[in-house]
Amino acid sequence: MPLNWKTGGVLLGFVFFLAVLLVKPIGVSTQFVILDAIVADVANPELITEPEAGTYTSTNAYLAKSNGKYAKNAANPLNYSFVFVIAMMIGAFMSAKLRGGIGADERKLPAIWYANYGDTPVARYSVAFVGGFIVLYGARLAGGCTSGHMMSGMMQTSLSGYLFAAGAFAAAVPVALLMYKKEA
Amino acid sequence: MTIVLALVIGAAFGATLDRIGATNPNWIIRMLSLRNLHLMKTILLAIGTGSILMFGGQMLGLVDVLHMSVKTAYVGVFIGGLMLGGGWAASGYCPGTGVCAAASGRKDAWFFIGGGLLGAAAYMVTYPSWKASGLLDKLAGGKVTLGSVPGAKYDGLMAMSGDLLGIILGIVFVLVAIVLPERMVGDGPAPVAAE
Repeated sequence: MPLNWKTGGVLLGFVFFLAVLLVKPIGVSTQFVILDAIVADVANPELITEPEAGTYTSTNAYLAKSNGKYAKNAANPLNYSFVFVIAMMIGAFMSAKLRGGIGADERKLPAIWYANYGDTPVARYSVAFVGGFIVLYGARLAGGCTSGHMMSGMMQTSLSGYLFAAGAFAAAVPVALLMYKKEA
Repeated sequence: MTIVLALVIGAAFGATLDRIGATNPNWIIRMLSLRNLHLMKTILLAIGTGSILMFGGQMLGLVDVLHMSVKTAYVGVFIGGLMLGGGWAASGYCPGTGVCAAASGRKDAWFFIGGGLLGAAAYMVTYPSWKASGLLDKLAGGKVTLGSVPGAKYDGLMAMSGDLLGIILGIVFVLVAIVLPERMVGDGPAPVAAE
């Protein structure tokens, strides 16, 4: 069972506050681009270049935008935002272990999938893959995801955060109701 | 130093997402199908708490206003939001909870990450056409907050004190978290499967 919403909500609120107090608001989805760029730059070293010391650019227009800030981060992966996402994985891994780990059934298929579609792991993994594609394409089009736009954005009263949340829930609720008719 | 902070705050965020059930697709889909809003209440309370602490801290001079990072508003934010929402409901993961779920041992979350890396790469390649379409052009001034925050780099949509408005909206988020019912769709007690 997860934490009671009162405890969990205050705890999560403190983490948001700690982030903005010490560094900056939390965000995640940009790091998918950074990892792509790191890999692509290994395959094609021409992708990211450093014409002047400390200034980066790229043959890809998206990596080159905003004075090459994505190109710079991909060329220097040991930066705050990239390490942050690696640390999230470590934190989640340790937390899950500490509460006894996730059962073998759940690791293979979430209960809600099993209730609606039975023991069909290939279908589930395909939906997760396609879902991931749409989620990250959408997040990059929007310039942020649930963390950066919805949580950090609305916390700061930014207009873009509200715009994003309106879009996300307008699509998410009908899709969830259509795809998962049985409860679990 | 910033790397140490990244490790500490990142790990705290990942562990908290795990403990509130956000890395569990069952809880995400229960929330999005409005059958069990426990996680929604958690997130609303968190946004409210964060808002009150941040704006309160800024008013007291304890929080550096320049740490704020407001993103640009444009039509693509809404379109991207729609896409993310659809994929979020289908998969039960969003970018942050997906990487955490994969780390905690969920196999499907690794497929989500694989699809996500491909989706992000597809956006990198197609970015020039979005840029040319005008859908990335600023709306209402772009990087704006609802009120005007003293000392911030961003303009306010309204002249009202952004700090005060931030605290008021923070309280509204907390109140909505409290009054929101556990269940809005279906009958009986909100579903909770053994997991």
